[in-house]
Formats: sequence, structure tokens, C-alpha cells
Amino acid sequence: MKIEKMAKNLVLKNGTIIDPFHGKTISGDIWLKDGKIVGVGKVDAPKDSLTIDCSGKVITHGFCDIHVHFREPGREDKETLITGSHSAMAGGFTRVCVMPNTNPPLDTPESINFIREKAEESPIYIHPIGAVTKSQNGNDLTEMGLMHNEGAVAFSDDGLPIQNGAMMRIALEYATMMDVPVINHAEDECLRAEGVMHEGKISTQLGLPGNPDLAESAMVYRDLELAQFTGARLHIPHVSSMKAVHHIREMKSKNEKVTAEVTPHHLFFNDESLTSYNTNLKVAPPIRTESDRKALIEAVKDGTIDCIATDHAPHTIEDKETTFDLASFGMIGLESCFGAVNKILVHDEGLDLGNVLKLLTSNPRAIMGFEQDLFSEGTDAEITILDPDVEWSFEKAHVQSRSINSPYYGETLKGKVEFTISRGLITTQLS
Amino acid sequence: MLKQRHLLGLEGYPSEDIQTIIDTGFKFREVLDRPIKKVPSLQGVTIVNLFFENSTRTRISFELAQKRLSADTVNFSASSSSLKKGESFKDTAQNIEAMKIDAVVMRHPTPGAPKHLTEFIDAVIINAGDGTHEHPTQAILDMMSLHEKFGKLKGLKVGIIGDISHSRVALSNIHGLLIMGADVTLCGPPNLIPPFIKDLGVNINYNVDEVIEWADALNILRIQRERMGLGLVPSVREYRAMFGITQERLESHQKEIVIMHPGPMNRGVEIDGTVADGDQAIILDQVLNGVASRMAILFLLCGGKSSDEDES
Repeated sequence: MKIEKMAKNLVLKNGTIIDPFHGKTISGDIWLKDGKIVGVGKVDAPKDSLTIDCSGKVITHGFCDIHVHFREPGREDKETLITGSHSAMAGGFTRVCVMPNTNPPLDTPESINFIREKAEESPIYIHPIGAVTKSQNGNDLTEMGLMHNEGAVAFSDDGLPIQNGAMMRIALEYATMMDVPVINHAEDECLRAEGVMHEGKISTQLGLPGNPDLAESAMVYRDLELAQFTGARLHIPHVSSMKAVHHIREMKSKNEKVTAEVTPHHLFFNDESLTSYNTNLKVAPPIRTESDRKALIEAVKDGTIDCIATDHAPHTIEDKETTFDLASFGMIGLESCFGAVNKILVHDEGLDLGNVLKLLTSNPRAIMGFEQDLFSEGTDAEITILDPDVEWSFEKAHVQSRSINSPYYGETLKGKVEFTISRGLITTQLS
Repeated sequence: MLKQRHLLGLEGYPSEDIQTIIDTGFKFREVLDRPIKKVPSLQGVTIVNLFFENSTRTRISFELAQKRLSADTVNFSASSSSLKKGESFKDTAQNIEAMKIDAVVMRHPTPGAPKHLTEFIDAVIINAGDGTHEHPTQAILDMMSLHEKFGKLKGLKVGIIGDISHSRVALSNIHGLLIMGADVTLCGPPNLIPPFIKDLGVNINYNVDEVIEWADALNILRIQRERMGLGLVPSVREYRAMFGITQERLESHQKEIVIMHPGPMNRGVEIDGTVADGDQAIILDQVLNGVASRMAILFLLCGGKSSDEDES
């Protein structure tokens, strides 16, 4: 994959244009000039415009992932803002929010500013999420106000669950002032203990220490109560269990400020996949049972879950090519995201493609307060062109991330991103 | 000879192969009763005993089995501190591979480590215990001992008593016994029996006296003193009263029952010394069968000549 400067006039011709924000599908062209939208539908572009034939393809908003780890600063051997951006574009993403568990963590206005400045060189839009507590220590509130002024779009100690309920309350109360979401990695550390996979029949057979679903659901319940009590915006990341889904569904009927995300891997795999001891499937929270997977799909269908987020977590080969107990938690997920999600939700479960695209475009943008009306005239183009039906096998060659810790190799995915347009740039056709 | 190239665990292992190993084990038992306890079956075969965790009896048992079969053996022990560095496992494996060996017997504290090893090297891998996952050769020697005593495994009622959660012996025994058609009841403190183990097809009964009434044989697991006082087992006194196989308790039942223990024993905790030394115990037969069954496993997996030829 290469990323090139867009032609002055570019016409995306004869595509199926899906506008997730307005919920409309039309056939036609999109004319881009100097990287901005000029017209959608019937366009009257100059004769010498460069064209891309989009017949049989879907043209939609660039995807937005509100949960990625780009490891900069500190672990540039795993990923950088630039390599992460390439990985994102290979997956159709034009906008991401990076989690603050870097080294040092993004826990000051200065470190937020560092990301904002560095992100200027990136081919996609990168927004920092600030830490809730200093050094992510779980005890001392960061300068959230100043960090917000510098561009922090949300706050999270992701990876390190906030154990202290009073601290979580303080963070939620304080964040109401800025009306930004607080995102808590919901796991009770005492209940999780040494667990490295979902506690169930499979963990018992494999002899691996289990992490029970209630380690998540008990914490989700606490956070939902605190959100209701404080009136703050709570976003629940990577929901993995049926029990957590029940709590969220229940509370969302009373509190519209609660939002939730699910990862592609929790929709795609179940714990039986771990019988191979494949360390690339070691993630937090863990991949759970088939019933949990089905419950997550139901939660997507009924709107309990608002968006897809990959939790793209790059690790070195050495971090993963080891025994299960020593391997790091996390998998990369940007390149495989659409093919996995589209396969499960559209092809297997019969959801409408337009609705699934909302989970990747306007819904996550709404959570973070980003512009959602991306096809209006004069907007900086963030566009993804995809083939919704092609079947393909995911291989290492598809990975643009600096890390390769994916469990999808050899899996058949459905639907593939072909071009990504962002910040006046366009990828070469993704093969 | 056997359908699987490695012996990683007994989950899903073919019953006919378990039977073949047991039958071959009895043939090697005869060898062990001879004045010269050695056959040339594995002459020229090189086996590495790769122990990433302390072991006395399993390791000696394997070493003796290898020597009785005339294999060349090398022992490797890694300190647990070098293990923590993580990268040493792959390096160790590849170094051993480079030295042209035929088989590896491995003990490792991490579940799945032997499986992981198969991804790096071509040699035959025999699992000598991987963390809380499996200990297949122990289960095979236990089954061989039961077979010796009862002449069959099908329909036998076996109680496994103790800390099931932290026991690879329990898990391999459960898989093996169920595959061979035995009935298994687990008994121990509820917090030391994994909640999902029922899904494997075993019974659970927290009343040890009821289990004694039901069972043909008891396999009594060591209760590790480290577990005491960690909130898992309140005290030795409490454990003995609730689950200990005491002389008094056995006498009160007045029934024939076979007593097994994989060792090492905590006399006076999970089992009384008098029970361990008593007529009903087959604990030392287990040890002897351990050598014989490991000879059988090594012989069948390392491509030895047929045992008839060896005996001529």
C-alpha cells in the first residue's frame, strides 16, 4: 500500500453511495476538488478529472475508531502514530482516538499537545484520549481541564481499570464540566486475579487460569450506577459478556448518556478458538463463550452497543511468541476489522450494510463529538471505498501495522476496503 | 503404532491407544521383574528430559524407563528465574533441536507449553506435566494400576479427592478414565473444584464419606501446604476433618476400596500414614507401573522395534 496525494479533481464514478449520517443510499458519483467534497450524486466535474471506477463498490464515510493503541511515545518498536495511521488506512479508517497508556502516559496537557503536534504529519486524523489519573495510578486526578483545552477528546486509564469507586465518581463528576466521555476498562482486578482467558469449560480443559465474566459485569454495573448518580457521560469499552450487555441495556433505557462499544474479535471468535493456545487470542477482556458472542450480536442489533472499536493493540513478536502466561494481552485489529465485522453482522446475521457502516462511521463520531455530516459540500473528504461481498483470506501481507499480532491469518473474511481517502491523500488500491 | 505423534494430553485421546499403552506396559512390567532389567529397544534413540520445574519422581521414573530401554538420555533443568525472562523457552527448544535429538520429555509450569514446543521442533514431545493442564503419563500409570487390580476400567467407580483446581493429575485422570468408560466423582473443598468441570462429565460430591461408599477406588491428591492459610483451605485440622482419608474413616465404612496417591504424600493431612502403608493401598505398585508404562509410551512413540523381536 502506498499513500499518494490526491489529484486536484478526482471523481469516484458509478458507486453505491451510502451516507450513514442521513441514512441514505444513492447511486452516482462523488467529485472531490483539492481534497474537499464538491458534489455527491450527479456531478459536473471537469473533463480532465482523474476518475476511479466504483461500479459494484460502496462509497461511504471514512471509518472512525475510538479505541486504538499507537504506542507513541515509548514503544515505537511496536507502533508509531505514522505506522498506526497506515494500518488504519489499510482498514478504511480516517480518524482514530489513541489511548493514553503510553510510556510516559498521556497524563498532562504537554503530552496531549505532543500527540496533537505529531499527528499533524499523519495521513489521518488522530485524537488523544487523556489519562484519568496521574501515571494511571488510579488515585490522583489529572489536569483534565487543561488536557481538554489541548485537545483530549475523552478520558480513560484504559488497560488499568479504575478500582476505587470513589475515584471513578470523582472523575465522572469532574468530566461533566467538559461534557466528554469517561471510558473505564471494566474489570474487577481481584475477581480477574491471574486470569488469562475466559473462565469456563475451555479454561478448565486447558488448565489456564480463568477470568470470570462477572469481573467485567460487576464493574460495568458499578460504573453505570455512578454515571446515573453523577450525570456524566460514560462510555463502556470492549464489552465482552452477556451479563455486561444486560446491565447496559437496562441502564440505557434510563440514561441516554451511556454508550458502549464492541470489538470485532469479540464478535468473531469464541473461547473454543483458544484450544490452540494461540497467544494472539489473549486479550483483555477475554474472548468469551458462544452465548456471550451471540449476546453481543443481539446487543448490536437492538442498539445496546453503539459502535465498533478495534482496541488495536500492537505487540512485538517476542511479546507474543512465548508461553500463554507470559504473552502480552492484545491484538492488532484495524486491517481485519471490516472484513470480520461485515462477515458476521451482514453476511451471517443479515444486518443491513448501511446500519453496520453507522457503527463504524457516524456512531463513533457522535460519541466523541466529531463532525458526522461528511458528504456535505466543502467538507474535507474522509471517504472509504469498499467491495462489500468479496471473499478473501486474511494474510500477513495485508498488515500495515509495525506489529503482526493478529489471530485472523488464514481466516476467510467477507468484504474488503479498496481505497481510503483522508486529508487530501488516497491509498493505492488495496489488494 | 499410536495415532498421535506426541503425547501432549489425554483429552480426546483414542481409547484403543490408551489400551495399547497399558497392554504394552504390562509386557514391560515383566522386564522389570527380570534379574537384568534392560532391553535394547531404543538403542541409538536420543531423548532429552527438559524440566523447567522441579520434579523428583516423574523425572527418575522417566530416566529409569529410558535406561531400561537402552536409550541415550540427556537431562536439562532450567531454573525458574531464567524462565521468567520469557525468550529462553524458544531459544532452549531450538538449541536442543539443533543437536539432533529424537524425543523430548518436558515438564513446564505453563499450560500449553508442550504444544507450544511442537511449533518449534520436530522431535516427539511427551508431556511430563504442564502447569495445571495435564499430566498424561501419570494418568496412564494410574489407569494401568487400576487395570492390574480390577482387570478392567470400564464401569469402575473412581473418586478423586482433593485440590482439583490446581491438579494436572486430576484433569488427565478425568479425561483418561472417562474415555475408558469409568465413572468419576470429584470430592474436595468447593473452592478447589473448578465450577465448569462438571461439563466434562464427572460427578461432584462434597461429602467424602458418600464418595467412599460409592467408589471402587480413591485417587487421593496431595493438598499443597502452600494452599493452607491463603483463604483456600482454612487449616490442616479442618481439611483432615472434612476430606482426610483417615484410618478411622476407612474403618467406619468396612468395605473393600483401593487407595491410590500420585505422590508426594502429606502423611497426616490428606491421607493417614497407616492408610498409605495399609493393605488397601497400591501406591508403590503405581510407582513401579510408572516405569513400565513410561517404557511403553517411549517405546511406542519413539519407533522402537516390536517387543517380540527385543525379547528374542
